[in-house]
Amino acid sequence: MPTEPASSKSATTAASTRALSTRALGTHAQGLLAQNGPLVALVLLCLVLAVLSPVFLSTQNLLNVGIQASVVAILAFGQTFVIVSSGIDLSVGSVAALAGIVTGYSASAQGVPPALAIGLGMATGVGAGLVSGVLVAYGRLPAFIATMAMLSIGRGLALVLSDGIPVAQPDAVAWFGRTVWGWLPIPVVIMVILGLLASFILNRTYAGRAMYAIGGNEEAARLSGINVRRQQLIVYALSGLFAAIAGLVLAGRLASGQPQAAAGYELDAIAAVVIGGASLAGGSGRAFGTFIGALVLAVIRNGLNLLNVSSFWQQVVIGAVIALAVLTDTLRRRRP
Amino acid sequence: MTGQVDAPTGVELLRVDGLVKRFPGVVALDGISFDLHAGEVHVLLGENGAGKSTLIKCLAGVYQPDGGQVVVDGRPVRLHSTAQAEALGIATIHQEFNLVPQLSVAENVLLGRQPRRFGVIDKRRMLSVARRALARVGLEVDPRTPVSRLGVARQQLVEIAKALSLDARVLILDEPTAALTDAEVDHLLDLMAGLRETGVGMIFISHHLDEIRRIGQRVTVLRDGVSVGTVPASTSTDDLVAMMVGRPIESQYPRQRTEVGVELLSVEHLTRTGAFEDICLSVRAGEVVGLAGLVGAGRTEVLRAIFGADRYDAGTVTVRGARVPRHDVHAAIGAGLGLVPEDRKAQGLVLGASVADNLGLVSLRRATKAGLVDRAWLRTLARTAVTDLRIRTPSVDVAVKNLSGGNQQKVVMGKWLSADPAILLLDEPTRGVDVGAKVEIYQLINTLTASGRGVLLVSSDLPEVLGMCDRILVMTQGRIVGELTHEEATSGAVMALAVQEVESTRAH
Repeated sequence: MPTEPASSKSATTAASTRALSTRALGTHAQGLLAQNGPLVALVLLCLVLAVLSPVFLSTQNLLNVGIQASVVAILAFGQTFVIVSSGIDLSVGSVAALAGIVTGYSASAQGVPPALAIGLGMATGVGAGLVSGVLVAYGRLPAFIATMAMLSIGRGLALVLSDGIPVAQPDAVAWFGRTVWGWLPIPVVIMVILGLLASFILNRTYAGRAMYAIGGNEEAARLSGINVRRQQLIVYALSGLFAAIAGLVLAGRLASGQPQAAAGYELDAIAAVVIGGASLAGGSGRAFGTFIGALVLAVIRNGLNLLNVSSFWQQVVIGAVIALAVLTDTLRRRRP
Repeated sequence: MTGQVDAPTGVELLRVDGLVKRFPGVVALDGISFDLHAGEVHVLLGENGAGKSTLIKCLAGVYQPDGGQVVVDGRPVRLHSTAQAEALGIATIHQEFNLVPQLSVAENVLLGRQPRRFGVIDKRRMLSVARRALARVGLEVDPRTPVSRLGVARQQLVEIAKALSLDARVLILDEPTAALTDAEVDHLLDLMAGLRETGVGMIFISHHLDEIRRIGQRVTVLRDGVSVGTVPASTSTDDLVAMMVGRPIESQYPRQRTEVGVELLSVEHLTRTGAFEDICLSVRAGEVVGLAGLVGAGRTEVLRAIFGADRYDAGTVTVRGARVPRHDVHAAIGAGLGLVPEDRKAQGLVLGASVADNLGLVSLRRATKAGLVDRAWLRTLARTAVTDLRIRTPSVDVAVKNLSGGNQQKVVMGKWLSADPAILLLDEPTRGVDVGAKVEIYQLINTLTASGRGVLLVSSDLPEVLGMCDRILVMTQGRIVGELTHEEATSGAVMALAVQEVESTRAH
């Protein structure tokens, strides 16, 4: 009597375990797909372009895509920190240009050694980020307003320093835009390194984990002992630093410091983060997603160029892609 | 134990047969059956996570069940939207109201169906319709008032007026009394009794057994997504609780008092102008000190000031002999304080983050070396907390928003217990938490005091304060007006102190 129900019970348990593991596998695959929706979109996009244009899959073209993606991707990695902590940084394009001008101006016009000039450029980015951070964290300004002010200030200072005309860059900066061994573009190398760095910061450092907590619920983060203001300063400083590096890469590619460089790039950076699956409400987002988002934008631009679509129409397509990406994401999340 | 009861005499309005609802990884409803008749208040009782909210959402057209059926007026129906449920006369008063704060009361009552003439809203007719609806719920307020100016209780009445103006015959009330004062609860229950006379059927969810007895006829108890039985509302508390948790609970307030040790927390003359004045209190090792009083007496403000969450103007906070700087949460945590805040969703949890991330939030600093976080250690910590606190979750990676209220509260408790504070400040730790989880939270308090920690407890649940505290301080209008030992403390004695000062200042 006692053995019989026990054995039948174990049989049902085994059956249900099997059913569960199959279901778990299903949900796992589903989860993988859902998490990598942007990646799937990117692969599909590449397949379509490979069919439409014979040049698309050539090594040279793919490296071009990488180079084209690099500046926006680097800006977007910095932007990811800000958006994860539920802020926004509109100043990254201006700060990138300012950093390029500061480096070029101090090296060419003031005779500062190139390495030091590059350091000054990066420090300029960090400084601009800290100013935005102070306005947000201590001045309690909305991030939108504080960084919009920095957008204007940064661009203005770049114009003032350069007197509105391009400044020459030292060779060391030109190296940032170069291709070595005949095939490896430095911008792509820098992009990959900074992407890995951003992922490491987000996942493994105290600052990164605090970004998710603050973006998810600032008050709960504060009441758990996280110094929200200090962390916000770090977030904007990092964004400024990444913007400055993006500015140096861009200056290297252009082989000069342009005061009007990277105008409007902040919107591409935000778009890359959002296409990559982050929520503007904060608390979510991954560096890998942002990387994919930046590649999606670059691939579309590249593909439309190969297909001889006018640059006017390209803007329309980019807008539609951003709307579509966020729409599918929202619809996917809405399902219980 | 589960003696069957006869159905009431009114016509059957609604029946649920073997309802099943699955979510990825969870079976929320696993065969729920019950019925509602005209002129009946039918209580749904169950622990958080038992399936009440899911059931309600199925009836309100928010979720579509995966099995079983819903029968309205004898006809099986499929509810695909809230509009469809409302058209069938089913209206729901959710815990979070569906009101537009900036709009007037009248506009809210008639939202989306304001009377129109030539496309322009007919204000006069809107106001008169709204007035009639407000009169039915006994709400005396100018219908032109913006809803944001009303308190919770009156906003709730606006919701009910809105439901009634939709000719609802089935009214679902999801914990309507949770945020109300005693007088407001009385008013609501009277209103429900009146609606019962007019033939409205009500599904009533509440954790307060006394309310259930006052207004309910039948009680259907849910446990783990199954309806375990329908019994008369007069069933004894012990039997109801046993049905809910599936085992008898020995004691509702299982306080185990321990030897009181050294002073851990000392607050001297703490003052913030306009909020609280000259607060002096101490908590010793092994002690649970209660801060009782009416809502608005300043208890939460004192707790938050001690913890450094808000500023104060004068006074000192000392933990284990060391002064704690004011308005510095980080320093307070370092000194050995912890706070389980009043509103777990707004202040306690990062809802979109995982159970593990939430449990590790306070310990994040401790898990960090040279800026790098040891996430493996944090996961171990989280797994331990889930086991120790019996947090019901499929895994530590689940977003905490998917957990029931009681389990969410255990996560908030857990993140502090992992950080091991000397003094834990608890602000309404069992609000909106079911009986089973409540007792588990009380056991955690026992464990804390047994290991030489101290607890300062703010609660509006008087039986809880009387049952769990060793000493009770009573606050009124920002001042401590009396202290009672647990032997002296009765609800009468506490309430006498709580209202005393109010009356004396009124007399001036």
